[in-house]
Amino acid sequence: MEFISSFSNGNFSFARTMLFPAGNLTPKRGDFALMPLAQLCDVRLELGRRPVLTGLDLIVEAGERVGIAGPNGVGKTTLLSVLATLRPPAGGDGQVLGARLGSEAAYAVRPRIGWSGHEPALYDELTLADNLAHFARLAGKDGSRAEALLGDVGLAGVARRRARFCSNGMRRRADLARLLMTDPELVLLDEAHAGLDADAVVIVDVICRRAIAGGGAVVMVSHDAAGLTHQVDRVVTMVNGRLVP
Amino acid sequence: MRFWSQVREVARRDLLAEQRAGEVVSIVIPFGAVALMAFPLALGIDSAVISRVGPAVFWVVTLLFTMQIALRNSASDRPAHRAVLALLGVDPLARLLGRSLASAVLIGIFMAVLFPLMVLFYTPDLPRGWPAALIPAALSGIGLAEVATLAAELTAGLRTRSTLAPLIVAPLAIPLLIGASQAMESLAVGGSILPWVVLVTATDLALAVISALIARPLEEASL
Repeated sequence: MEFISSFSNGNFSFARTMLFPAGNLTPKRGDFALMPLAQLCDVRLELGRRPVLTGLDLIVEAGERVGIAGPNGVGKTTLLSVLATLRPPAGGDGQVLGARLGSEAAYAVRPRIGWSGHEPALYDELTLADNLAHFARLAGKDGSRAEALLGDVGLAGVARRRARFCSNGMRRRADLARLLMTDPELVLLDEAHAGLDADAVVIVDVICRRAIAGGGAVVMVSHDAAGLTHQVDRVVTMVNGRLVP
Repeated sequence: MRFWSQVREVARRDLLAEQRAGEVVSIVIPFGAVALMAFPLALGIDSAVISRVGPAVFWVVTLLFTMQIALRNSASDRPAHRAVLALLGVDPLARLLGRSLASAVLIGIFMAVLFPLMVLFYTPDLPRGWPAALIPAALSGIGLAEVATLAAELTAGLRTRSTLAPLIVAPLAIPLLIGASQAMESLAVGGSILPWVVLVTATDLALAVISALIARPLEEASL
């Protein structure tokens, strides 16, 4: 009973201890039948001296698509960076994929998280195929699939073009191809549909469906609350560094 | 095993980007050659002085242009790159070593082009057995790449990067320059280069240890 109530009252540390008594044991894909895939509890974070996250609570269940809406500068991207384990919270607590934020275990779950931000992470002097193959090899995957994956996102004709000579839409598609390649469990999308045409929006949907089918989850942030409602299961709004339903 | 394949992959990417951008080959090396030629013009027509200072000028020019090589645009990671590399599970030390390795190769090319030019312009009296001095020279090139990469990472994203990075490199590079230049002097007087090889090797190892210690905190701070 205490185990179940620990989720409902936001205090998940007891539940985590029950599920992962050694603390550093990292659950594998599909182990989230009882535990949220990600959970933030009273998370606070400042950038410089400016408070950005001010006691933020969020639960992301496996198989869920969560949309976070809010105006520019409200802290949506910062929230994604916390969920990506890239920024440890200054206050509060949280876990992502079973790893406590700020702990050593958080490094181990990073490869199971996929992030596509508003700036595509491509090296300008490398071709799109070179970029994708490079990321594949760094992740310990087969780099020879790069051109085929670029074909899957409609970039077969420009796979050998340097990234600096590609349009922003092409670069965004190539960034999405990286997510197809790494097949992440937790997908974090920052303004995912910005600069994408209708065909590319379908790619975003495929990535989300694959994550959900694999027992994962998707968190999308956007300034466009109306647009988000068609893409996700529920939308929460970010106001003054907190989330409101 | 995965660590070293990541080191190799980062170095490969940096060299491929440099091959396409041509910053070092088409800009830094020609500019370095011009700087090397400018010194004799400033020193006048005293050929004995020019001949004497040639190796020292070569090392000063190499140090100055090492920063240009380490700070080249094609080798800079934007925040989005850093985030993706972290999420791909790239070891921060592998990223730092890979970057150092690529810079070491480019510094080696820089030195290989400028050394014959120095011999041509300055006509120094190269001692017998001077090729042995290539060992401390190569080790100094590796050390310069390490320290310059560290400085480039420490100053990444700062507005004062281009001035701050050389300020970090200059004092740390002193043992490398002393070791490389004094090895040649030792050969000229019939001495051994071993103490200078030890000095440069110890500096290289110390820089590697510093890199290992600060790679992760440095990366986490930059995310």
